[in-house]
Amino acid sequence: MSFTTVLFIVTFLLLALSWSRDKQKTKKALKIAWKSFSNLLPTMLGIVGMMGLVLAVLPPEVIKTIFSDRSIPGLILVSLVGSITLMPAFVAFPLAGSLLKAGAGVTAVACFITTLMMVGIITAPAEIKYFGKPFTLSRNVLGFGFALVIGLLMGVLV
Amino acid sequence: MIMRVRKYALFLLVVLLDLGLHLSGSGKGAVAAQTGFDYLIEMLLFIPPIMVLVGLLDVWVPRHMVEKNVGQGSGLKGILISILVGSAAAGPLYAGFPVADAMLKKGCRLANAVIFLGTWATIKIPMIMMEVRFVGWKFALVRLALTLPAIITTGFVVEKFVENSNPPNRTGQQISAKAWETV
Repeated sequence: MSFTTVLFIVTFLLLALSWSRDKQKTKKALKIAWKSFSNLLPTMLGIVGMMGLVLAVLPPEVIKTIFSDRSIPGLILVSLVGSITLMPAFVAFPLAGSLLKAGAGVTAVACFITTLMMVGIITAPAEIKYFGKPFTLSRNVLGFGFALVIGLLMGVLV
Repeated sequence: MIMRVRKYALFLLVVLLDLGLHLSGSGKGAVAAQTGFDYLIEMLLFIPPIMVLVGLLDVWVPRHMVEKNVGQGSGLKGILISILVGSAAAGPLYAGFPVADAMLKKGCRLANAVIFLGTWATIKIPMIMMEVRFVGWKFALVRLALTLPAIITTGFVVEKFVENSNPPNRTGQQISAKAWETV
């Protein structure tokens, strides 16, 4: 059973429980849900569009080619690519696995995976909308810095 | 009207770029549009239930409960709860934004919200199982062990940074409440 299925079942059960307890509160909850959904939709459309664009211009085959450079600038490039690309785990981990098998360095792969997860340049518009610019900027910059540190340490430890 | 167009600015930019890519004749424009559409479908599958959960959280979870468990004085317990809840999550990081926002609105400490988002992004339990399968347990475990302190540090530094870049009377909750007004 996929995680989405579990999510739907849990949501549906909680909604049914809420409805049986208090219909007014449940209606209010659904109203809040709809409002936040319709508010996020325009930004979301932009974000999915950007994800499509980035993946068309930088497909996994192209991403693989940048892993051959093992210098520090090369590492920064790998982290930058990780920061702008957004891919689901079921694409990212097989890619990471094949990169390691193809001889890419542990440091580079760890930097890529960590920035992929922690830094989101494409999702920044949505993050700013919710939490503001100082929050988004500091969280992403720290994520980028830590990704490099984690990658370098992993190169020594793994 | 202008506000409405502004909301769709990023989307319009993407459409223009897709068109430009298409006209350049590389065939990548269609790929980009198709991939974007696939992601949209995927997103439409999990964003609605998450929004419903956020709505339910808003009406059922009392403010004092959030404050007590992950609020200002929650300390180590608050950090642990944020990590536990974040690691049980589903979906990519941006699905966590509305949830963290709802928590902030209810009195969650800013650092804990960042820790929650960081855990959501990097150490979701279903994702770890996939990671172990493809890159091996050693890579996965060492990455986890190094990522956790990074996430916690990020939480407190972001909190400090946000506090310093805002007038002193504006805390995390008020920033979030303001974001909510634009809804």
